[in-house]
Order: sequence, then C-alpha cells, then structure tokens
Amino acid sequence: MANGIKKKGGISERKKNWLWLALSLAAALAVWTVLSVLPSTSRSFPNVIVVFQQIPVMIERNVLFKDISSSLISVGLGYLLGFVIALPVAILMAWYNPFRRIIEPWIQFIRNIPPLAYVPLIVIAAGVGRKPQVIVITIATFLIMCITIYQGIINIDETLIKAARVLGAKDKDIFIRVLAPASLPFILTAVRLGASVALTTLIAAESTGAFAGLGMRIRSLNNNFETAPMLLYIIIIGIIGITIEKLIKLLERKLTGWQEKREI
Amino acid sequence: MAGKERNIKVVIEDVKKTYMGRNGEVVALNGVNLEIAHNEFVTVVGPSGCGKSTLLNIIAGLLEPTSGRVICNGNEVHGTGMDRGVVFQQYALFPWLTVLKNVMFPLNMKGIKGKEAEETAMKYIRMVDLEKFADHYPKELSGGMKQRVAIARAYAAEPEILLMDEPFGALDAQTRTQLQQELLDTWEKEQKTCFFITHDVDEAIILGQRVVIMSARPGRIKDIVDIDIPYPRNQETKMSPRFLELKNRIWSQVYQEYLEVRK
Repeated sequence: MANGIKKKGGISERKKNWLWLALSLAAALAVWTVLSVLPSTSRSFPNVIVVFQQIPVMIERNVLFKDISSSLISVGLGYLLGFVIALPVAILMAWYNPFRRIIEPWIQFIRNIPPLAYVPLIVIAAGVGRKPQVIVITIATFLIMCITIYQGIINIDETLIKAARVLGAKDKDIFIRVLAPASLPFILTAVRLGASVALTTLIAAESTGAFAGLGMRIRSLNNNFETAPMLLYIIIIGIIGITIEKLIKLLERKLTGWQEKREI
Repeated sequence: MAGKERNIKVVIEDVKKTYMGRNGEVVALNGVNLEIAHNEFVTVVGPSGCGKSTLLNIIAGLLEPTSGRVICNGNEVHGTGMDRGVVFQQYALFPWLTVLKNVMFPLNMKGIKGKEAEETAMKYIRMVDLEKFADHYPKELSGGMKQRVAIARAYAAEPEILLMDEPFGALDAQTRTQLQQELLDTWEKEQKTCFFITHDVDEAIILGQRVVIMSARPGRIKDIVDIDIPYPRNQETKMSPRFLELKNRIWSQVYQEYLEVRK
C-alpha cells in the first residue's frame, strides 16, 4: 500500500531528494569552512582544499592505498567471522533455552565494554599484526549481530508456524520455508548494524600495533599534529561506512521488499 | 437434517485442558462433549476466555488435551493433519510469498509441484475472486482480501474439516458481511464440515446449522441451539422473525456469560 504514494511525479520526488542532499553537503562545507577560519578551531580543521591536497601527498608517501586495503581486509575478515559465528549461535540460543540462559548474559555484559578496553589483553595473547585486529572486530561484530538475529528469531509470529503446520509442513519445511525467510529481515538488519560496528571498532582494532590501516595512520599522524591528512582519513572512513550501509540497504530492499513495514 | 443416521465426522469426548498460570492451575476447558456431523456447519459463541480457541486448537492438533480425546474420521487426533484446515483471525499469510505461492504452499507440502500446483492454486484463487492479485504480496492487499487468500489456501489443502477461529473478527462490518455471504455460497457449493468460532451472535446464526454456546471459567458447553432456517441464507435472513427469535434466545444466554466473566 505504501508503494502507491509516490506514483505522482516519481521523478520530481527523486530530484527533490538529490537537491536536499546537495544542500546538506553544501551546508556541511560551509560549516567546515567556518571552522577552518575560526582561530580556535582552525588548527584542527584545515580547509577543504588543503585536506584534499593530501590525497596525492599520501599516495606519494605510499601509504594511502595500503592503509585503505589493510583496513578493509581486517574489517572484512573480522566481520565475516563475526557473522559466521553469530548466525548459528543466535539460532541455537533461540532453539535451546539452557544455551541461551548461559550465553546471553555474557553477550549483554561484554557488549557494553568498549573494545579499546580489552585490546591490550588480546595483543598479549595474540601478538601484533593482523590477527589481533581481526579478533577485536570479530568479537564486536559477533556481539551485536548475535543479539539482533536472536531477537528477530524469537519475535517471529507464531501463527505463521502454526499455519505452516496445519498446511502439512514438517519440521524441516518449517525451518527452511518459514523460519529462514521470516528471519531474513533481522539477519539483514544485523548485517547492517554489524558493518557499522566493524568500522567504529577499527581504531581500537588497529591500536594493536598494526603496520598499516586507516585507524593506525590517524594515530601516527597525530604524533606530528598533521591534521590535514588526519581529517582526510576520517572522511575516508565515513565514505566507506556510508557506502557499505547503502549497499546493504539496497540488498534489503531487493530481498525483503515483501515486508509490511520497514524500519529506518 | 442430513439423513436419518447422522454420519459423524468429529467426536469431542470429555475434553479437559488446564494450563499452569501465574497463580497456579487454570482450567480452560472442563469436560467438553460434542459431535459434529459430516458436512455440518457448527458455529461456536462465547465470551472471550471461554476456551473456544483452545478447543479449536485441540481439534486442529496444535494443542493436546489434558484429558479426554478428539476423534476425526474414526482416528484419535494427535498432532496436525491435512484432513483439518485452519483459518486464523490474523490471516497468517506468509508475507514473503505472493498470493499464488501462498495458496500453492499446502500443495507443495503434499508433493504437488510446478504447473499442476499452480493450476490447482489458481482454481482456489478464482474461487475467492482474486485472480487479478495472484502475483501480489500480502502487504499489498486489504484485510478482507488477505482473509480470502487464507480461505483459498485452507481450501487448497483439501481438508475435510475446516476450523475457523474468528476469521472475520478483525474486519469492518461491511467486509465481514460480504465474506460471510461468500463463505456460505462456497459451503453450499463445496460442502465441508465447518467449525466456526465467533463472538458475533448474528454471524453464528446466519452461518451455522447449530450454534454452540460456551460458558466461561471453566469453559464448557452451556447450550446447543439448532438453527432451523433453511439455506440459502442471505442478509435479508437477518430480518426474519425466526432469526430474531433465535438471536434473542442465544444473545440472552451469551450475555449472561459476559456478566459472569465481568464478576
């Protein structure tokens, strides 16, 4: 039903959205410029042109692409591992109550601790390099995705399962043809939240004595107060984040467009 | 009505159901006995909490009785079976499947696939007048249309007994009247044994051959009223003197129960 609204002038609605986005961007640039002029903030916020001039500089230093790819590999690996562990654990929690009773309090407890706090312990155990970074991101993404998927599964409408049963579905059919599609929206929400957590954990993950990476570089640039490339790197993290989120949202629309209501 | 020796389809024998509630044991049903004849249309009215849904779930095999038993076609009921179809108040359509795929679901469960399943499903979708919406998703349908799909889906499983749990309870008055008429027409064409729960006395009388009145706490059968108004029935039937007479009689009993529950 909600799809019917935009019929009239669908294109102009779209154009309007772009226009507002452009306006929002322009306003951001204006605020940024003001910050770059004000004496108290000008050191932290060099102006746009200076910041973007850092792109060739960082390429020349032979770090920009290495940092981006290193971070993406850590985030990607940790995130993938987090998901691969979260999915079965969430299903097990929903299916077998004693398991949930033991595991859920751990997850809730650890979830509220900033990863930066336990990073040293992981470094002591796993050494420096790629390994601790992946572990930190795995832990953080596992926690959020596991809870989200579990909540989704237990909130599946029980009448759907009853309906399937009276229509002749066996346990296997119910799992594949009801539980799996019914939990898909929650799994995708988990995937989206997980991606965001993976990126926000990046700085903590790369404080493990990484050799490259966006988070690691920001910290090392900080040693020389090189604010322009720092700001560039911060913006790159933001761009990566919003790109991943948009991609996942696209996937959500493709796969779960059948949903009655969609949360933002 | 249907011949001298009534061909009994469902026997409910001294069914009792208790739950463990927060404050100890709750008796939902206490000694319910009922026989439903082949192709009979039985409606059940009673205040909320009288255990009428519990009874339906027990017949469906979704709940086990604490004691007593239900016999369908001579077999004691344990678990669900394709001989019994259920229509729920909340429609319970699979939102990720189109109308066609929803109606095909029970056919697929029977091992009927592909074109054959599609054609059979379309037959039932046509029955509820929704062929134009076969490729739509449930979210694109109104409440009345959703319930029509649910009815088509229940029919597609080709059950001998159709159990309906306040199927029109969530619909507006106009749509409800329309669906009642459609259900009556369908039932007259394709006779089935129907067990229909409602809280609406008018609905119970217009549809049923017998109206079962249930009392609350603990749920049991208070009275059974034969509705001797001939079919085909329609909305004008609701104005007939006999209808009003029966309505009065049933309503006063149901009302007593409402007052009981209030206490």
